[in-house]
Amino acid sequence: MTGTTALLEVDDLHVVFPSREGAVRAVNGVSFALHRNEVLGIIGESGCGKSVTALSILGILPPVARVTGGTIRYHGAGGTVTITDEARESETMKAIRRNDISMIFQEPMTSFSPVHTIGNQITEAIAMMDEAQSIPRQRRQRELSERALDVLGRVGLNDPDILAAYPHNLSGGMRQRAMIAMAVACEPRILIADEPTTALDVTLQAQALNLMLEMQRSMQMAVILVTHDLGVIAEITERVVVMYLGRVVETAPVGPLFARPEHPYSRALLASIPRLSGPIEALAPIRGMVPSPYEMPPGCPFHTRCDEFVPGRCDRDTPATVAVAADHRVACLIRGG
Amino acid sequence: MSAARRASGIVADGGPIIAAERLSKSYAKESGLLRRRQGEVRAVDQMSFVLARGETLALVGESGCGKTTTGLCIVRSEEPTGGRIWYTPLPGAPPRDIVQMEAAELRALRRTVRVVFQDPFASLNARMTVLRIVGEPLINNRLARNGAELKERVAAMLSLVQLDPVYMNRYPHSFSGGQRQRLAFARAFILQPRVVIADEPVSALDVSVQAQILNLMRSLQARHAMSYLFIAHNLAVVRYLSDRVAIMYLGRIVELASRAEIFARPKHPYTELLLTSSPNPDPTARKLHLVKAGESPSYGMLPAGCPFHPRCPYREPRCTVEKPELVETGTERGGSHQVACHLHGQLSLRTFSD
Repeated sequence: MTGTTALLEVDDLHVVFPSREGAVRAVNGVSFALHRNEVLGIIGESGCGKSVTALSILGILPPVARVTGGTIRYHGAGGTVTITDEARESETMKAIRRNDISMIFQEPMTSFSPVHTIGNQITEAIAMMDEAQSIPRQRRQRELSERALDVLGRVGLNDPDILAAYPHNLSGGMRQRAMIAMAVACEPRILIADEPTTALDVTLQAQALNLMLEMQRSMQMAVILVTHDLGVIAEITERVVVMYLGRVVETAPVGPLFARPEHPYSRALLASIPRLSGPIEALAPIRGMVPSPYEMPPGCPFHTRCDEFVPGRCDRDTPATVAVAADHRVACLIRGG
Repeated sequence: MSAARRASGIVADGGPIIAAERLSKSYAKESGLLRRRQGEVRAVDQMSFVLARGETLALVGESGCGKTTTGLCIVRSEEPTGGRIWYTPLPGAPPRDIVQMEAAELRALRRTVRVVFQDPFASLNARMTVLRIVGEPLINNRLARNGAELKERVAAMLSLVQLDPVYMNRYPHSFSGGQRQRLAFARAFILQPRVVIADEPVSALDVSVQAQILNLMRSLQARHAMSYLFIAHNLAVVRYLSDRVAIMYLGRIVELASRAEIFARPKHPYTELLLTSSPNPDPTARKLHLVKAGESPSYGMLPAGCPFHPRCPYREPRCTVEKPELVETGTERGGSHQVACHLHGQLSLRTFSD
C-alpha cells in the first residue's frame, strides 16, 4: 500500500452476519487503500459485500453484524484512528461521522427526514461540526442558514425558498442534489456514495455524477463510489476494486482494468455487458449464478463459474493477491496467486 | 392499402403486425377533497408507429415518458382514450382495431400478444408452483387435454428457457431473479405468441444475469419469429436487441429510425442528450462531463411549443410556441428516419457510435 498518501486503509476485513441458517461471510478478507483526492470505485454484483464494506468504514453496520477480523484505519488530521476498534457510538466515531466521512445512499428519502425542512436538516448537519461550535450564539442561526444556502447554491439549488421546502416538495433530481449538498456540507475528507444514482433516469444520473465530481474537486475530497454499473465506473473513477462473494478479486487503475482485465471474473463481467459503440458482438453471459451465501465454495470463490477453472487447484486453494503491474493486483491461482 | 399501412408510412418486410394510429391515453388530474377535475395529463399523446412482423422495436425514454402505458394500451390493460391500434395477426388478414374489441376477442388477443414485466419478484404469484405459473395460460384457455399433456408442455417450455423441468413443483421464492425472469418468459411463450411486449425485462437483474436473459430473448425470437415491443431505458441494451428504436419524450415519439441511424445519426436533441448521458464502459472515451445541468422534465404540465424546449440547448424562438410534428426526413440509403424537431437537418449532433 502506498502508505504516505493513503487516507484510509482496509486490511483483511472480515464481516459476518450470524443467522439461523448459518453464518454469512459477507466480507471475507477485503483489503484496499483509499488515497487522498481520488475517486475509487468498488464494483460487484448483488451480494458481493460492497455495501457492507462501505458501512463498515462508517462504523454503521447493522447491530447483528460482527467484524470478526481485520482493521480499518483512517488517517485523519488529528492522527490515525482504527475504526474497527471503536464502538459504534463512541465519541471518536461520532466525530468522524460529523466531520470527516459522509455517505450518500441510493434513495434520497433514506437520507432525509420527511417531517423536517431541507433547511433544518442541512443547518443541523453544519451545526454538528466541531468547527461550527465556535460561532457566537447571537450570529449562530443566521450564519448557519447562510452556510446552508451556500452549499445548496454550490449544487445548483439557488432559490432561497428551498430552505423552507420539505423533501417531498422537491423533484427527484433536486432531492438528489440536496442530498449531495447535505453530505458535503461539512466538507468531509471522504464521501462514500453507495449506488447514488441507480434509481435515477440517465440524464439526472449524469448531472448528479458530474455534481459529485465537481464537489470532489473543489473540496479536495476522496470519494468511494459503490456501484454495479461498469459504465459509471468507466466514466468517473480513477481506480477500481472488483469484488466477488465478499472478496477483492482485482484492484487496478480504471484504464488498465478495462483494457487488460486480469481476473477471469473481471473479464467475464466486461464481456457480458452491451455497449454504446463499436461492433455489436454476441454477449457472453457468465454461466451459472452467484452461489448462495450459506454455501461458499471452497478455494477460489469464482471457480464454480470460471472458464479457466483448474480442478484440484481452484476448488481447493485460496488464491493470494499478487501484483501484476504497478498498482494492479489480482487474486487468481492461474495468475500466480 | 390498409388503414394500418396508411397510418404508418413505413412497412417493414413482413408487414405490420401492430400499427398504432394517433394512440392517446390521458388521465384526469384531480385535486382537493372533492377530487375536482383540474385538467388532464396526457400520458400518451397521439402516437403513431408500426411494429413489423418478426422485428424488435424499442420504445425508449425516461420514467414518465409513457412507454409503459403505450405497452399496456396494446393489450387494453389500460383503456386508450383516443386513436386506433390495428392488429394483423397473419399476413394478408384484415386488420382488427384492438381499441374496439369486445371481451371475447380481447381474450383471444391476449393469447397471442403477451406481456413480460420488469420485476420478476412482483410479477409471479408466490403461491403458485412453477407448473401452475407456466401452465396457467394453457389451463385458462383449455389448451391442454389432461394433466400429463400439461406437464409435458410445461417441461418442454422450461427446457427452452434453460430451466431444469425437475423444478416444476417448486415455488418462485426458491429461484433467483434471473431464473424468475426465465419463468416469466416461459409463461409468456407457452401460447406461442405473435407479439411479446417486454417492459424493462432486464433492469432489475445483475449484469451477468442480464446477458443471459438478453441472449434468451434473441434465441426465442430466432426460433419463434415473433415481434418484440421492447420497452427500455438503457440504450446499450436497446442497441444490442433492437432493429428499430422509437425515442419517447412526455408521451410523444420524438424520433423513430433504425438502430444504426439512431446511434450513428441522431437527429433530435433529446436523443443526443440520452446518448451523452448514458454511461459507456469505456474509460478512454469519457463523455458524461459533456452533459450540462438542465431542467427536469415536468410531467404535470406540458410546455407550449416543443415539449423538450425547456431543456434544449439549441432552441429557437419558434420552438417555444410551435409544436413540431413527427416528420419523415429519410436516410442517405433511402430508409426511414422520422423526427419531431423544427431544427432537424440544421443541427450537427454528437454521436458515440458508428
